[in-house]
Amino acid sequence: MIDLVLKLTLVLLAIAMLGLVYRLVKGPTTPDRVVALDAMGVNLVSIAAVLSMILKTSNFLDIILLIGIMAFLGTVAFAKFLEKGEIIEYDRDQ
Amino acid sequence: MKTNDVIFQTVAKVVFFMIIFFAVRIFFAGHYYPGGGFVGGLLTSGAIVLLLLAFDLKTVKKILPVDYKWLISLGLLFATGTAAGSVLFNVPFFTHAYDYFQLPLFGKTSLHTAMLFDLGVYLVVIGVTMTIIQTIGESE
Repeated sequence: MIDLVLKLTLVLLAIAMLGLVYRLVKGPTTPDRVVALDAMGVNLVSIAAVLSMILKTSNFLDIILLIGIMAFLGTVAFAKFLEKGEIIEYDRDQ
Repeated sequence: MKTNDVIFQTVAKVVFFMIIFFAVRIFFAGHYYPGGGFVGGLLTSGAIVLLLLAFDLKTVKKILPVDYKWLISLGLLFATGTAAGSVLFNVPFFTHAYDYFQLPLFGKTSLHTAMLFDLGVYLVVIGVTMTIIQTIGESE
């Protein structure tokens, strides 16, 4: 029973991922694509969690935190690039 | 134009320590669980990159006055030193040794010289990543 539910969850997450891929390809503006990428990171976290339940292993739990951190860093870098046109400044007070 | 990102800077100050602690945990868990020097080093440089994004190169240089090129040579020294140390005991190059020690607070712990090699990998990865990112970030 639980196995069936987990596999159904995986399919639904894959469908959600497809919707995000659509927004990533179609998205008229760049911020649309950035938000789609961020949501894809969150979706990837849930897929890793469900997969670790299906495979009955706890070794993926580090990966979940890792994907979360990396998605945050990437989104922040993209947002700063869109806002200022420069990701790493030398002196921000100038 | 001066921008005010107080939310991002406050979040970065908290998340920086979370990433650093996670990196240290992954580094020390590398012998028995997934992880190790490479991922730990990449995560540590990720934390420093977060500081670079939230603040600027000048501030981060003041916070962490480290020349990352020295970190590369220090890491290579650790790696080759661990490998060469085995020659002193009449065993082949890169032979590692381990033993169980009774540490305070940790109890019975196995200490392995492979961890010193991993420390070298960790330092080299931080050094290379931060050198690349700083060099790209500095150029106008």
